[in-house]
Amino acid sequence: MTDLIDILISASFWAAVIRIASPLILATMGELICERAGILNLGIEGIMVVGAFTGWLAVYQGMPLWGGVAVAMAAGMLFGLLHATLTIPFGLSQHVVGLGVTLLATSTSSFAYRLALPEVTSPPKIVPFQPLDVPVFSDIPFLGEVLFTQTAFTWFAFTVAVLVSLVLFRTPLGLAIRAAGENPSAVEAQGLSVTGLRMGAVIVGSGLMAMGGAFLTLSAFSSFFFEMVNGRGWICVALVVFGAWMPGKAALGAILFAAFDALQIRLQQTPLGADLPYQVFLMAPYVLSILALILMSRRAEVPAALMTAYNKGER
Amino acid sequence: MRLEPIANASLARRLGLPLAALGATVIVAGVLALIAGANPFAVLGQIVTGAVGSKFALLETLNRATPLIFTGLAVAVAFKAKLWNIGAEAQLYAGAIIAVLMGTGAMESPIVLPVSALLAMAAGALVLLGPVLLKTRLGVDEVVTTLLLNFIMLLFVSYLLEGPMKDPMGMGWPKSEPLIKDARLPRIVEGLRLHWGFALALIAAVVVYIIERRTTFGFEMRAVGSNLGAARFAGIPVNRVLVQTALLSGGLAALAGWSEVAGLKGHLSQDLSPGFGYTGIIVAMLALLNPIGVVGTAIFVAGIFVGSDAMSRAAVVPTYIADMLLASALLFMVLALLLTRVRVVRG
Repeated sequence: MTDLIDILISASFWAAVIRIASPLILATMGELICERAGILNLGIEGIMVVGAFTGWLAVYQGMPLWGGVAVAMAAGMLFGLLHATLTIPFGLSQHVVGLGVTLLATSTSSFAYRLALPEVTSPPKIVPFQPLDVPVFSDIPFLGEVLFTQTAFTWFAFTVAVLVSLVLFRTPLGLAIRAAGENPSAVEAQGLSVTGLRMGAVIVGSGLMAMGGAFLTLSAFSSFFFEMVNGRGWICVALVVFGAWMPGKAALGAILFAAFDALQIRLQQTPLGADLPYQVFLMAPYVLSILALILMSRRAEVPAALMTAYNKGER
Repeated sequence: MRLEPIANASLARRLGLPLAALGATVIVAGVLALIAGANPFAVLGQIVTGAVGSKFALLETLNRATPLIFTGLAVAVAFKAKLWNIGAEAQLYAGAIIAVLMGTGAMESPIVLPVSALLAMAAGALVLLGPVLLKTRLGVDEVVTTLLLNFIMLLFVSYLLEGPMKDPMGMGWPKSEPLIKDARLPRIVEGLRLHWGFALALIAAVVVYIIERRTTFGFEMRAVGSNLGAARFAGIPVNRVLVQTALLSGGLAALAGWSEVAGLKGHLSQDLSPGFGYTGIIVAMLALLNPIGVVGTAIFVAGIFVGSDAMSRAAVVPTYIADMLLASALLFMVLALLLTRVRVVRG
């Protein structure tokens, strides 16, 4: 028990929570935009892998870190375009296409990694984003260490969450995107293109997912591993449901989730960790995600046209 | 653009488009070979020879197809009822665990084989029962729950293999004790490396076909999948049908793991399945969810994997080309099949 309290009052724990939440927030915002427009994007897991790989490779080849982020975003948008084309104008099953995109994106990354680095045995490292010491603020006890020693990429992730919320709920564009996911015929009646809105949402959303993946290689770790995304994409799909399709709540969900993740890592070092097999701790994130889905099942208001293809002129 | 249904699609359209999808996949293979700096024709040739070029290669392909037939069937029955079971991987490992539990001394007579097969199916069914009940009772989406269960199950297997199921003679490797002889599936023909699991998979395909086409349950399953509202209106107990479908699907997926342990490997290790559960989705989709078709597509998909493994040993092309080809084939095929039913018009 004292171990638990020691962990919860340590600044390094809360700093880790913010760090772990960052990639989840980016990818969750990406999925949220897609689903608000009516498209379930199960390509998320693979698109995160692509982002992690391409961002890392670009920096490894000599690009600046933000250049790597841009490359990751572009690569993610490309796979987003593929997903969007097949599910929106062609109206193909969003489940099947999403899983297909995940498989294609993951295997393309592995294939390209092997081609680019045929000889290496241990994954090469890059110099990742460094903690940004905000003068004066970082000297504040506790809060300074938690908030003002994060990397610029983390600040970026949290800014994206605020922007997504503003655009979706405070602009005409956001209203149109949400309407495309609730009542596409009404959008068409306004003279707007459902196809255009949905495609844009999926492409931009996929770019955010890929940046979430790039966070793993460019800020959290410094190399690329095949298994590094490890279900985070699926967890983000669960976080969107947990957040009831609201950016703020979904971001809070990501932070809560990150807190449990940071906690399980630290609990492994305590006497409790010696008593329980380590796999129990590693299971926690997945079990929590399922519990979150159960908890929110009755309350969430699903976008009415989620997973419904829209074919102009069809009644 | 807009999609317009075609009333009576010509035979040329219905056959030509799927063939074009396959052709496009072959072109992707050639382009990938070129990117990797190899001769595309040589690479394609090596994949085909590696898959079916010799008796050894062919048997290897059929062995690899065995778990894929089971997981392909599992996905096919579930998807037919629009139950999105993406958790065949977890159900597969449930079956594998039972094969070890029953096969390492719990029973010592030939009866252990059918008993452990039935228990494996029950275990796989149980793994999918949770997500389907959450779906029917609480409306929790089964895609995410079944996906997340895959990760939980892999960690559980890792725990078993490092703890209670660890082979004390395993030199420290996380693997289970070997199965006793009575618990092993024999080879179909002595001297040929193909076990009875393959025959069992063929039987399973026929049984699933009969269930689907010749029983009331099969009819209800298809009705639920094709139009949920209409099925409910017609008085079909939708939730019960979904639960029964899940039990069948989970049981079939479990047989994949059970037959890999009892037939091929003889023990359980963490690398038992290189994603057979996920690949089952491709197998089922390429077969248009037809159980008999699953046998053919499973052998085709297994051939691509076995052929690519053999090819990448000789050429500079990474073996991940197999997954890329299958993902491309899947996406090309769903698009081609759509275009057999609709045409794209402007406006």
